[in-house]
Amino acid sequence: MESKMKVWSLLLALCLLASSVQAQLAVRADTLYTMNGAPIQNGVVLIRNGKIEQVGPAEAVRIPEGYRVLEASVVTPGLIDAHSVVGLAGILNYAHDQDQLDTSDPIQPELRAIDAYNARERLVAWVRRFGVTTLHTGHGPGAVISGQTMLVKTHGETVEEALIDSVATVAATLGPMVRRYFRSPGTRAKAVAMLRAALLKAQAYRRKLQAEDPTRRPDPDLKMETLVRVLDGEIPLMITAQRVPEIMAALRLQREFGFRLILDGAAEAYLVLDAIKAAGVPVILHPTMVRPRGETVNATLETAARLHAAGIPFAFQSGFESYVPKTRVVLFEAAMAVANGLPRVAALEALTIQAARILGIDDRVGSLAPGKDADLVLFDGDPFEYTTRVCGVIIDGEPVQQTCH
Amino acid sequence: MRVFWWLLLLMPGLLYGQEQPLVFRGARLYPISQPPIDRGVLVVQHGKIVAVGKEGEVAIPEAATIYDVEGKVIMPGLVDTHSHIGRVEGGDRSAPLHPAVRTLDAIDVRHSSVQRARAGGITTVNVMSGSGHLLSGQTVYLKLRKGNTIEDLLYCKDPLKEICGGLKMANGTNPQGDPPFPGTRAKAAALVRQQFLKALAYRRKIEQAKGDPEKMPARDLDMEALLEVLDGRRVVHFHTHRHDDILTVLRLKREFGFRVVLHHVSEAWKVADEIAAAGVPCSIIILDAPGGKLEAVDLRMENGAALEKAGVDVAIHTDDLITDSRWFLRAAALAVRAGMSPEKALEALTLAGARMLDLADRIGSLEPGKDADFIILSGDPLSVYTHVEQTWVEGQKVFDRADPENRKYAVGGIGVFDDGDVFVHEGH
Repeated sequence: MESKMKVWSLLLALCLLASSVQAQLAVRADTLYTMNGAPIQNGVVLIRNGKIEQVGPAEAVRIPEGYRVLEASVVTPGLIDAHSVVGLAGILNYAHDQDQLDTSDPIQPELRAIDAYNARERLVAWVRRFGVTTLHTGHGPGAVISGQTMLVKTHGETVEEALIDSVATVAATLGPMVRRYFRSPGTRAKAVAMLRAALLKAQAYRRKLQAEDPTRRPDPDLKMETLVRVLDGEIPLMITAQRVPEIMAALRLQREFGFRLILDGAAEAYLVLDAIKAAGVPVILHPTMVRPRGETVNATLETAARLHAAGIPFAFQSGFESYVPKTRVVLFEAAMAVANGLPRVAALEALTIQAARILGIDDRVGSLAPGKDADLVLFDGDPFEYTTRVCGVIIDGEPVQQTCH
Repeated sequence: MRVFWWLLLLMPGLLYGQEQPLVFRGARLYPISQPPIDRGVLVVQHGKIVAVGKEGEVAIPEAATIYDVEGKVIMPGLVDTHSHIGRVEGGDRSAPLHPAVRTLDAIDVRHSSVQRARAGGITTVNVMSGSGHLLSGQTVYLKLRKGNTIEDLLYCKDPLKEICGGLKMANGTNPQGDPPFPGTRAKAAALVRQQFLKALAYRRKIEQAKGDPEKMPARDLDMEALLEVLDGRRVVHFHTHRHDDILTVLRLKREFGFRVVLHHVSEAWKVADEIAAAGVPCSIIILDAPGGKLEAVDLRMENGAALEKAGVDVAIHTDDLITDSRWFLRAAALAVRAGMSPEKALEALTLAGARMLDLADRIGSLEPGKDADFIILSGDPLSVYTHVEQTWVEGQKVFDRADPENRKYAVGGIGVFDDGDVFVHEGH
């Protein structure tokens, strides 16, 4: 009898331990933005084993016994920073923590983001405190092709623990920015010619790979293998293009080679909305508060609103900062867009489900629906108001932050 | 007839019709010097504030032009204690200390960044040179009146006779470099001390001359500027980040007795009590993230709250274009998000900054007798949804969001800011 008791207490202790690691949670919100239908007043999300179990109005969702209940004024899905370098670029800004750009070669699609991501980087925790649960991060702008990007959650001690997708895009840049780091290309036209040559070479490599005689197939080439995956439409090419000539060059390249294009930056997108719309290309828009200088000198606070009005899918990014502040925060960038004409729900969409669609992870994140990852942000008021604070961040069902910031 | 034109030139108020009183009626007023007034009345005339108060309690002058601004918010024009607008330049790379260099000789007041500041509601700016030197030059206090020349915007009446700003100094890593720049913090402090000792010796020579022109030392522009500092007539604006660098500034102040405002002070929260004990005000920066350089890694949004709690006088600055002049109100809101009181945060954008520039008798609050510098907002000053609708300087409108030619400076667009590159910080 006594030994039976011991076994039961042991089991109970184990259950408690398990539940503290992977707690079952119920999150109740005065306003629940599911991004999967209209917002729910007095809504509840049930979370079980890291996934969303049920979503609905409080009167329709029974909170089972044993669920820990968290409450907030406003709850949204975890926010997605649709383009960052955080984790490769570190807070110190010294050579030893800046791994977003290698300048030995202007075209290096073979560089993997997973080989350079520091999951413990303080800037990862910084963006998480403002609701970012998914980061699209990796090689930065600055080279014709700087390398690969990936998708991570903003928790985990290693890149393996954080990983959603190890190869999200291949990152390319058109424009004078590349000249800062490379002797050649020294002009914008040269950069486009170099990119075309690389893609043509990859087409030839792909043809040779299909040779019937294995001995006639080419030796493995990391650069070419990656570009073949781009040509096959397996990995999108994300082209940073701020000014109109660069945006149009990106669209022209896409027409020539047929890859999946994501336009990045696009500071002058508002001048060529029809062309972008006709190409069916999504945009990861520059930070709303980007400094009006250099390639973004003509940026406006209203571009997000105009992309939305034109029906062009877009998402927000923290971008790349070379000095101070070392990163931006997408929540703040979206707020500034809302203050300048973007409807609130459109901004929330751009921060969540729209970003997830552009990055091809809308089956897992971006909205609160049964079966999806339980990534949630708890706000003590209107998410976009300056003085509203993020008072809870849940990633994969785990409350990773419970203080207010 | 000639006398008439001469009079017109002397009295810009007449030219712009400001002899008539202007009455702004119905707005919520934030005078800063007293609690907010709902349904308030602001009366201005001849570039000055005539009356501030509740509707019904303030006499409306006859023949006044009345603006019905119900639903709006009016607060004092914002005071930016640290900015680099106007393509400002200071000292060159020939030396780490340039006390003689005046930024007022190298500012383009027609540059788009100046209009950008007006769009952000800023009416007074301390324009400074950079932090790549221990002492990069004399700063200048500008009133953002409409104007074509720097003279039109100066606070001082005559730069040949008066002090027109402060002195920009810096420590920490930005001024470090190869000789003649300091390689270490201790070297930096030694170079600064040596320069001030030299100024003290210069002052002794002047005193010993007892007014005899034969015995006076040769004029030395560097020494003259430092003497103004030692005499407490020119305020030092000291860029400093790390807690020990902050303490070094306080040590220099103790040794030489100059008046100083601590700028940026990323790690002020670590030494808030020491700063309070020294009675030194702080002008802080609010950034969207810490880092970018080692000495700013521990910057916290809670800095304003920590300094307020310690009893330090706190102003906020833009450091334009480190943060954009257009989001100056936002900086205060983020400080509130991180625990600063809304009252102190709004004071940090106005009256506190005015105190740090020795201009609190003229600007920083809505009080009778003060300059008629104010902004009309669409709503709560600390809300993201609020826009600066109008900026007024000395009773004249210098920004109006309703005018497309002005509005573009608030939202950006093709060619708006494309009139030459803007100031870039020298960082590591």
